Amino acid sequence: MSRAAPGAPREALSGAIRAAAASGEPALVAYLTAGFPTRAGFAASLRAIAGAADVVEIGVPFTDPMADGVTIQRASLAALQQGVSVKWILAELAAVGPVGAPLVLMSYLNPLLSYGVQKLARDAAAAGVSGFIVPDLPLDESSDLRQACETEGLALVQMVTPVTQQQRLVALCAGSRGFVYAVTMTGTTGKLVAVPDQVIGYLERVRALSPVPVCAGFGIRAREQVARLRGHVDGVIVGSALVEVLERGEDPAAWLKRLRG
Amino acid sequence: MNAAPDESRQLLADLIAGRFPDARGRFGPYGGRYVPETLIPALEGLARGVEEHLHTPQFQQDFKQQLQSWVGRPTALTFAARLSQRWGARVWLKREDLAHTGAHKINNAIGQGLLAQRLGARRVVAETGAGQHGVASAAACARLGLPCVVYMGAVDMERQAPNVGRMRLLGAQVVPVTSGDRTLRAAIDEALRDWVADPLGTYYMLGSALGPHPYPYLVRELQAVIGREARAQMLAAHGALPDVLIACVGGGSNAIGAFHAFVPDPSVEIIGVEAGGRGTALGDNAATIVGGRPGVLHGAYSLLLQDNDGQVQETHSVSAGLDYPGVGPEHALLARVGRVRYESATDTEALSAVRELSECEGILPALESAHALVGAQRWARSHPGGTVLVCLSGRGDKDMPTLQETLLADGAREGA
Repeated sequence: MSRAAPGAPREALSGAIRAAAASGEPALVAYLTAGFPTRAGFAASLRAIAGAADVVEIGVPFTDPMADGVTIQRASLAALQQGVSVKWILAELAAVGPVGAPLVLMSYLNPLLSYGVQKLARDAAAAGVSGFIVPDLPLDESSDLRQACETEGLALVQMVTPVTQQQRLVALCAGSRGFVYAVTMTGTTGKLVAVPDQVIGYLERVRALSPVPVCAGFGIRAREQVARLRGHVDGVIVGSALVEVLERGEDPAAWLKRLRG
Repeated sequence: MNAAPDESRQLLADLIAGRFPDARGRFGPYGGRYVPETLIPALEGLARGVEEHLHTPQFQQDFKQQLQSWVGRPTALTFAARLSQRWGARVWLKREDLAHTGAHKINNAIGQGLLAQRLGARRVVAETGAGQHGVASAAACARLGLPCVVYMGAVDMERQAPNVGRMRLLGAQVVPVTSGDRTLRAAIDEALRDWVADPLGTYYMLGSALGPHPYPYLVRELQAVIGREARAQMLAAHGALPDVLIACVGGGSNAIGAFHAFVPDPSVEIIGVEAGGRGTALGDNAATIVGGRPGVLHGAYSLLLQDNDGQVQETHSVSAGLDYPGVGPEHALLARVGRVRYESATDTEALSAVRELSECEGILPALESAHALVGAQRWARSHPGGTVLVCLSGRGDKDMPTLQETLLADGAREGA
């Protein structure tokens, strides 16, 4: 697999995380479900979050989000009820233009398959997207989407977990582009978890193996967790907690600033 | 959807030769393993466990012993004399309704329970639609001394209330699922979420021949006893194989179990009957093969009822066990190569079939199984004098709440 030229969207993604992490604080990767709480408010939410985060992960709603907890399930359902689709999201992103932070689409596989992976990679690159996270697409099944991403210089981010065996960890880190998404716990998204020593040890192992930056996600919602992860990861991913901020109608940028400390 | 003739012949030859699922867990193009990374070690462990144990003499002996002494196998093959007279064809019924707990589901549950024990599982989770797999899982876990949690959609808990009580009496914890469509599909989502939280200590007892590899294979192997018995019983009682074999298809476990032994018999036509619900519009039925297109749901690439954006469609069927927008990957292959013909039966047709079998043969069939009877009646009409074998997958006692509101409602006609 050829490495994309410098300046490829996925290099901008890795670069933004590295640049932020160089300050000593982990980069902030912030998630929002596209079109939640409202379609009309998406552009404004996106700009506000992009202004306070280093990377924005945009969730494509799906009817069966099996890796997600109740918060993102609720947000997905609300977005679907407003007719949010991959097509709508890409059109919105193209209309909004650059927001100052790289964008990653997080989607379950079926909406992407339905769109068509070749066309998806082309249209996503044209809309300013840097890559994809697809939680139900293991590396072993991903060759079609990986090739399509490769052609456009997009990242296909691989996830690793505390139960991933060493040999597979090596393959996942080598196969990941943009960054490695290190799941901090087994279970679905959204629960508050302390960060025990063994998780720190696991993150260190991932970081030692990975040629791309490592970002920790699942259950990140408090400043203390971010501080604890400092120096052990390149970035932290915050999802459900930020969706709840939007749900409560609070200012996402102010909340992200507090998380950064 | 149909493959080119040469490709079909090759795929069917590969299937009959036992080359599917292949090393990647595929049945031709269908199947695979589309799950969060957290579940990969658990699925790899399960696949290793299946390989190490399933076909050993010791496992097979334990399985057979449970099937004979506890499930009540072999189940009977019944000649439906009065139905045959009415329909003008010879109708035989493979009586899975006589299996312990009232349906074929128990074959799979006790088999997977034996496997879970060998894999050192601390607890078992299961999903259920009609409640039959939930009851079977609860019973198998009680028998083997394993704690059991069953996820069941809130809608299904209402329409299959008798089964909820049965599961609780059998010692299982029944968790109502209020997310998603609150039926089988949401119950599978929730069971998967539970499993993701404890992938190595929890055993997921999946109830149909679907999901990520190795489940479609594992469930088929455990259910294949239906077809093996039926084939031998037909030869003994009738002296020949049937002209056609018919089963209902939701996820497809009773059907794949019944079909497996007959797929290599070129003289036997095979028909799967899906839930036609209240009509052919998307959302009004659960006829996945008839009306779906390829996609990924619950861990496998198969056929799927979905909208143009790849969102999974809500389904409708009077029968909770068929009310599911996907189908097992092996059925998708059997449809693609044309070995099995899939059609659908409506709610109304299925309800009539419940009445007809009850009145003619003294057997109250499950609403699911009634769909297969509709297919059999249709086939008989166009093949007078032919021989039809129907997989009667379960009994209808669990459907009494639905039958009270339909066949037994005020104004419903009395008798025939």
